[in-house]
Order: sequence, then C-alpha cells, then structure tokens
Amino acid sequence: MILTTLEGVPGKEVIEHYGIVQGSTVRAKNVGRDIAAGFKNIVGGELRGYTDLLNEARQEALDRMVLQAKQLGANAIVNVRFATSSVAQGAAELFAYGTAVRVR
Amino acid sequence: MDEIIVILVLLGIGYVFGVLAEKRHYKDIKKRERETVFLPVASFGAKQPLPDARDAMLFSGAVVISSDYFKTFVMTLRNLIGGRVIAYESLLDRGRREALLRVKEQAIQWGAREILNVRYETSTIGGGASGRTGPVSIEVIAYGTGIR
Repeated sequence: MILTTLEGVPGKEVIEHYGIVQGSTVRAKNVGRDIAAGFKNIVGGELRGYTDLLNEARQEALDRMVLQAKQLGANAIVNVRFATSSVAQGAAELFAYGTAVRVR
Repeated sequence: MDEIIVILVLLGIGYVFGVLAEKRHYKDIKKRERETVFLPVASFGAKQPLPDARDAMLFSGAVVISSDYFKTFVMTLRNLIGGRVIAYESLLDRGRREALLRVKEQAIQWGAREILNVRYETSTIGGGASGRTGPVSIEVIAYGTGIR
C-alpha cells in the first residue's frame, strides 16, 4: 500500500478511484503519563509519553484507513490528510483520510 | 503567605528550567537543521505534474511540547491586557521545527531526495482545549511525501 500526500503516485498511473477512505482514533490522557506531564508543566519541554501516545494514535488511524482501502481493492491512497479535534476534556481525536486508488 | 511563596518558588523553577530547556532545544534544532538542510522540502506538490520518481512514501513526525509554569503565568497576565504572547510563540515554533526535523530525518534514512506537499496539523491538550487558562501542551504533526 503506497500512501502519498500528492494527487497521484509518482512514476505510476491511476487506473481506478474508489472514493474516500478514513480512519480515526480517540485517545484520552492516562494517569501515569499525567503525573509526569504535571511535573513537565512546571519546567516545560517535550512530553515524551504523550509524543509516544500521539505516534501510536497516528499509526492506528493510518492502519484503519489502509484496512478500509484494502477491502475496496485499492493498492494506494493519495492526497492523505490528518486532522485533529478535541472531543471531550482530556480526550482528542486524530483523523486520517485520503482517496483510495488503484495504480499501475 | 505560604501559597505566595509556593507560587514564587514554582515561578522561579519554571523560569530557570524553562529558559535552559528552551536554549538547549533551540541549539539542538539549529544543529539538526544544518545537518538536514540538503534535503529540499516543499509545501506544494499536489497541484503540480507528478514528479519523476521510482518510489513515494508518506512520512510523518509528531511532537508534544509543554509550556512551563512561568510561561503559563505570563499567559494568565497576558489574558488581562491582550497583545502578542512571545512566550507561546517560541513554544509553537519549537514544536513545528522539531516535528519537521523528525520527518526529514526519517526521509533521509529512507533515501529521499525531496519531500513534497508538507502539511502541519496542530492541536492543544489541556488549558487551550477547555477554554480556560492553564498549563498548555501543544501537539504538532508534520507530514509529507518523500520521493526517491
């Protein structure tokens, strides 16, 4: 499965469109990470626990999108975009979407 | 009285460690930016003719970065009078540059010769999301298509 943020796949030709595919995850803060984050809120800097969480969430959202594209019979997703929104206090949604296509 | 002392101590700790961490981070960012400057990065590419390349791959880099106690305090004061918030500008700047560096470093390992159509996505955890002032963490995702 080839993912790009372009409108096609370089060196290949789009032969079929399957429409939009998407995957999303909603993640909440966790207490263990929050204690570390609470301390970090005093001294500032990168919150590595949250960066890991964000990376996992991003991967999960991509995986779900890829799964959907595979079920449609696509072999690439073009014009991939990420979006985020906060659903509730302390919870955030990460959303990935793109257009599933077959390339040759 | 005790409470004021605690706040002052926290402000002191926040200021000293925050400034140190920021200086160290900027030094690190600048060093890595010099190391990765040879790789062209473009925020366009989707509406151009497709580049001539063998492979394309999506790369993304994420970072969550927190403000310190001092910056949060400055923000609380800023909310009273309004205006430019330099303390938070540097926070966002660090987050975005760090995220892009992570994209570039992954792409270089893969052997990319260019990164096209780079996009940023930013959101906040904590104070910003709830609409109140409080410690704010900023999460940034940068992503783009590497070609080789």
